Formats: sequence, C-alpha cells, structure tokens
Amino acid sequence: MEIRRDVFQAIADPTRRAILSLVAIQAMTPGTIAENFDSSRQTISKHIQILSECELLEQSQKGREIYYHINAKKMKEVADFIEPFRQMWDDRFNKLEAIMKNYKTKK
Amino acid sequence: MEPKTKISAEDDKQEIVITREFDLPLELLFKAYVEPEIVEQWMGTKVLKLENKVHGGYQFETSDNSGNIVFQANGVIHEFVDNQKITRTFEMENSPFAVQLEFLEFESITEETSKLKMHIIYKSVELRDQMLKLPFAQGINKAHNRIQEIVSKIK
Repeated sequence: MEIRRDVFQAIADPTRRAILSLVAIQAMTPGTIAENFDSSRQTISKHIQILSECELLEQSQKGREIYYHINAKKMKEVADFIEPFRQMWDDRFNKLEAIMKNYKTKK
Repeated sequence: MEPKTKISAEDDKQEIVITREFDLPLELLFKAYVEPEIVEQWMGTKVLKLENKVHGGYQFETSDNSGNIVFQANGVIHEFVDNQKITRTFEMENSPFAVQLEFLEFESITEETSKLKMHIIYKSVELRDQMLKLPFAQGINKAHNRIQEIVSKIK
C-alpha cells in the first residue's frame, strides 16, 4: 500500500504530470524533457527520478543516451483509482482559497 | 499530512461526498460560488450565465487557445440559501454523461474557517464510476496543452 500512495504523490505534482504527458507521446532523453520546462535541469532530473522510482517511467539505453518512456501498465493502474478525481477538486479548491485570501486582503 | 479535500465514494453506490475545509470565513467561501468572475478563476472556465436563485440557471463554457469549445456545462438551481446551501443540477453537454444532482452545504467552523460538503448523486453506479475516472485523462491533456502553450511561445 505504501508504494501505491507514492504513485499518487508522484502524479499530484503538475510538473511531473506534464513530464508524463510529454513522454506519453514519445520516449525522450532527460535533456529533451528538461528543454520543455523553465525549471533547472537538476529540478527536472529530480522529478524524473521520483517518477522512475514509482515505476511510472521506464528507461532504455540507445547508444550512449538514456531514453525515458511511459509505463502504460502502471499508468492504467493509477487511472483506475479515485485519486485523480480528488486531486482535481483539491486543485480547484486550493485555487479558490488562494483567490479569496487575496480578495480578503485587498478589501 | 491529511489531505484537505476528502472524497467518500462507497462501492456500488451512485453517489459521492466531497468535503473540504477552507481557511476562509464562510461569507468568502460562499462568495466564491456566486460571483461569476471569481467562479471563472478557480473553475478555469468561462461563466456565461449564473443566476443565484431558485429556478435560476447557469452555463459554463471553456475554449482552447484556438477558440474551439472544449467543455460546456449547464444546470438549474433548485435551492439557494445565502451562506448555507445551493442545490443544483449539473450536466456536461455533448457527453455521454447523464445529468447529476448536487447538494452543496456551506458551514462555518470558526470566524476564519469554513467547510463545504458537496453531495453528488449520479444516474447509475456505472456512470458514477466512469465520471470518477474521467479527470485523469483530462489532467494529462491539460498538462499537455500547457506544454504546447509554453512551447509555442518559445518558438
């Protein structure tokens, strides 16, 4: 059960979700993935590491390069659960809270 | 840490309950549900109509960057009590999902905190389960759209 919770923590992060959607289209090297983000290469590398640990990403070696691709089986397992739905509402409610806090201070 | 938003969805039932506590006074929480321009911000959709009264209705619409409509939803309001409750229907247009019934209850905890309970009833157990599985695919698409946005700006 421990591992399962980690998977959800992994996909709870918007950058990590974005990484997953990138490699869902095609396998990529860490460098190519990082080019798609404003964050430092180190930060992206950390995100990739977390996703790999949760088995959401798999790697393969092509020559000297390492390519990351999505582990479709694991993704399906995750999608079957209620967590993404909860996460969607949590994101919305967090936004609501932030907006209204700001609204309060402006008044 | 316990998550702030909780969902209770029992097996083989056609309902779910979403609860959330906010670091906001009740009035501000309620306001976020009735002011169209605030709803737009946190729901991430355009509000075409929002009539906060019994027999009133609402309409949401979301377009992508190219102006294509990607999401349309509407509903009618059955009960509306300021700072207490909203009972409404919710229907996603052009989708296989049937209309659902939503009971929203707003409650004050302290002067600075409040609570929302959202009780949703679906047409069937199957529809509920399909609906629960929907956002993951959407989330991925959304993240992807955001990347496209960023990428197109760089180019």
